[in-house]
Amino acid sequence: MRSKWTTVTSLSAASLMVAGGLALAAGQYGPGASDSEIKIGNTMPYSGPASSYGVIGKVDAAYFAMINDQGGINGRKINFISRDDGYSPPKTVELARQMVEQDQVLLMYNTLGTPPNMAIHGYLNDNKVPQLFIATGADQWNDPKHFPWTMGWIPTYGIESHIYANYILKNLPNAKIAVLYQNDDFGKDYLNGLRDGLGAQASKMIVATQSYETSDATVDSQVVALQGSGADTLLTVAIPKFAAQAIRKVYDIGWKPNHFLTSVANSVGTVMKPAGLEKGVGIISASFVKDPTDPQWQNSQEYKDWLALMTSHNLSGNTTDIQAVIGYCNAQTMVAVLKAAGDNLTRDNVMKQAASIQNLQLPMLLPGISISTSADDFRVVKQMQLEKFDGTNWKLFGDVVSGSGT
Amino acid sequence: MTKGIAGADGLAAGQRAGLEGVAWRWIIALALIVLAAVMPFALSNYHVFQLTMVMIYAIAVLGLNVLTGYNGQISLGHGGFFAAGAYTAAILMHRYGVPYWATLAPAALICFALGVLFGLPALRFEGPYLALVTLAMAVAMPQLLKYFDTWTGGQQGINLVKPLPPAGLGIDRDRWLYLVVLSALLIAMRIAANMLNGRTGRAFVAIRDHPIAAAAMGINTARYKTLAFGTSTLFTGVAGALSAVVIGFVAPESFSLFLSLSFLVGSAVGGIATIGGAIVGGFFIEFVPNFANDISDAAPWAIYGLAMLLLMYAMPRGVVGSLGPWLAGRTGRLDFVARRSLAVEQKDKGRKS
Amino acid sequence: MHQLLQQTFSGLAYGAIYASLALALVMIYRATDLVNFAQGEMAMFSTYIAWTLVNAGLAFWGAFVITLAVSFVGGMVIERVVIRPVENAPVLAAVVVTLGLLLIFNSLAGWIYSYTLQEFPSPFPDRPVLDALLTTRDLGVIGVTLLMLLLLFGFFRFTTVGLAMRAAAQNPVSARLCGIRVGQMLAIGWGLAAAIGATAGIMVAPVLFLDPNMMGGVLLYAFTGALLGGITSPIGAVVGGLIVGVTENLVGTYLIASQLKLTVALGLIILVLVFRPNGLFGTAILRRV
Repeated sequence: MRSKWTTVTSLSAASLMVAGGLALAAGQYGPGASDSEIKIGNTMPYSGPASSYGVIGKVDAAYFAMINDQGGINGRKINFISRDDGYSPPKTVELARQMVEQDQVLLMYNTLGTPPNMAIHGYLNDNKVPQLFIATGADQWNDPKHFPWTMGWIPTYGIESHIYANYILKNLPNAKIAVLYQNDDFGKDYLNGLRDGLGAQASKMIVATQSYETSDATVDSQVVALQGSGADTLLTVAIPKFAAQAIRKVYDIGWKPNHFLTSVANSVGTVMKPAGLEKGVGIISASFVKDPTDPQWQNSQEYKDWLALMTSHNLSGNTTDIQAVIGYCNAQTMVAVLKAAGDNLTRDNVMKQAASIQNLQLPMLLPGISISTSADDFRVVKQMQLEKFDGTNWKLFGDVVSGSGT
Repeated sequence: MTKGIAGADGLAAGQRAGLEGVAWRWIIALALIVLAAVMPFALSNYHVFQLTMVMIYAIAVLGLNVLTGYNGQISLGHGGFFAAGAYTAAILMHRYGVPYWATLAPAALICFALGVLFGLPALRFEGPYLALVTLAMAVAMPQLLKYFDTWTGGQQGINLVKPLPPAGLGIDRDRWLYLVVLSALLIAMRIAANMLNGRTGRAFVAIRDHPIAAAAMGINTARYKTLAFGTSTLFTGVAGALSAVVIGFVAPESFSLFLSLSFLVGSAVGGIATIGGAIVGGFFIEFVPNFANDISDAAPWAIYGLAMLLLMYAMPRGVVGSLGPWLAGRTGRLDFVARRSLAVEQKDKGRKS
Repeated sequence: MHQLLQQTFSGLAYGAIYASLALALVMIYRATDLVNFAQGEMAMFSTYIAWTLVNAGLAFWGAFVITLAVSFVGGMVIERVVIRPVENAPVLAAVVVTLGLLLIFNSLAGWIYSYTLQEFPSPFPDRPVLDALLTTRDLGVIGVTLLMLLLLFGFFRFTTVGLAMRAAAQNPVSARLCGIRVGQMLAIGWGLAAAIGATAGIMVAPVLFLDPNMMGGVLLYAFTGALLGGITSPIGAVVGGLIVGVTENLVGTYLIASQLKLTVALGLIILVLVFRPNGLFGTAILRRV
């Protein structure tokens, strides 16, 4: 007997399902997320000595604006809030608190610099706010056990210096190595990574080191001192301005070491050309993105897409800057993660998606490099390829390798 | 307006208004203090944090006021002393587990000693030369901090656990720290006022305005100048220690040359030879960069620079430095220091025109 | 030995760079009794103007001359509009104003020209000389700096305008009584300093590469050099700048803790100042009681 109870029950069940379905379609939201928008917070050094990195934030903003123009992510617009911290940790703390507590962002993204990120990672982890794809290659960011909400993006400096160390051990076993490095975490991580990668040989092989401050005018004197040590191999860990000076000085004083150059400063347009193209012949570096000044990529659709984004968003002055490509790829990763989160835009789920990326290929990453993460491996990009400068552009050689940095 | 300028008139009027004047000042001061103590409970955590930073900067700027405003010795290096205080507190807390409130005294002592040590050779220098020597301090400090990395954590800095408020008080960490810093600020202002309105202050000002006459009158300029330096760095060092506690992180990058310059700017904007001006300076340092960013995110520091310019044009003696004498002039009360400053102004005016 | 020579000559080459900016600082100090903290940024901005002209197709020397003229006028305008209001104010207000100018110029340059590194052409060819101890470009920079020094020295010593300027700086009231237009002298002083700064920037940009933060480090050393030599002496500025350049290099090479190079170099210079508190060539300030 179909009693009215059954009808009521089935009606209730039906309505519950509909309501539940509606709730699911409406999404689960953490702070900063809604049907119409996703709020992302970011701090960048738009001023001060590190201001040349500010282009990364501008590229992020441009990319997100483009995505919004195309309809957003699952119908939601990205509200990208980016503020200047001048590379000063107290300011970063203040801005992070403002974005988390006042602006109520869903997550912090691509915050730049090791000291600024060190200043806020305790706060963000305590408050369970995702600190994703931060713009620094320091080795300590891959620590899901202690800092489950913090994730880097670029290959760590340790990974890169291990790649160089392996190459040296294999091809230049008797090398006497000199290192020019910036006196901060960026420089020191490379130096320590090199030491670590050379293992027992390190103290024998590394014969001289010289450091410089970003407030210095020049590194010429350091280069001369390093030549004086009798080294036949040089690793330059410097930002573009000083790398260009170093390359030029090495050539000018007639020194011909096996010269390794950090990927941060290997852009043809902003480093090799100012230094003098002929002065950089034979330098070895590593890369994981396509250099926008390299003719071999300039006919591809991927490059043209990137270039179109840059010129349509007032960034034509930065079309030779490799950092702009890195920012582009980073932003694409963020969008991919948010897309994967679907309608479940809670901080937990966003973090979960970030930690389960499977084989993501991005148009401006070098062929053969893809992104995967897991719950114990928070390293996002871990592969690079060695390349040698031939006077016009960088010629990739060897295979795509994973450094075994920590 | 003869009432405001130094002279028998002004003094007599002030003396007549004496008792009432004093009572009024105490009432206003008390009201402000109560307001300050109650305010954090009406504001969000983030704003409380910002106001705490304002007060920390105010204490630092107060230190600079003592040295540059009252004693006439310019310093472009107070960021370095701020760093010294911050790292003292950080190392004590991180390495030796000292509770945060017990780090203030060591920071004060160490920074006082540093200031005296610095003040001794600084006796030889004046004007731009002294500026260079103090500038060297500001620039050398980050290098030294990075070098002694076993103690300071080097580039990575030191991460600190933020202190918990005493149990049973029922307020959260941000508000508790606000009250702690507020107390420190009030104590600092009291000490400064006592010192500066007394014999020491008069000696400072005499040395600033006319060092030869001061020496001729028997003031031991070397001793007072060194004392000024030490006291100044003591205040700024304590501010630094508080900043380490409140922000929870110290790194060499936090103490750049720009910080030293900010203190100087805050000092000038508030009123270099005032005590209340330090608070205005603190507000300037903390909030104007944020406002500038809101106005123009393309060139915010140009706006900040413009703000500095406009304030100097409108009030070259700083907000409290200009408004203070004006207000006091109207009520007929001017303290010794203000009268001296005005007199020096009149004399200086003839110099360039 | 070769290392020592190389570091010394390299130090001289960079010292000439610091010296050229130090000359501008001395110029302003002599004319207006003020240290212009914005000197470096003004020089950098002038260099960007030159860069824009060169990129638009102008020949180097044409761009150079136009930039000098623009900088001269610009310097005068800044003195009249920006500095004049605080001339009679306490010294600290003027210091804050120059700091404000520093921020404004730096920020504007970053906004208009972005922070990417740019190349700047050098009028001098880049050939090694003296057994690779120096290049012809280094010699060019040293040569231009010495030329500016000579011109400045001659200006103050042998021209009426220079004399009038010195008078206006030393005793404005008496100078006015003699018929000297003090305001005009101040403006000219700033204009000349801006032109000197522009020259310094243009000489320096090929070596250091052009970006808004180019002059930041240079200003610190220029300031040190100017004070070491005596803030009132153009010769002192050049000698001071050269000494700073060489000291910095030698300290960096021979000091074991090369990360403390800046600290030790500054420490040594301050030590010298302790014995000569007015700089090597500076005149002691005599005060009448």
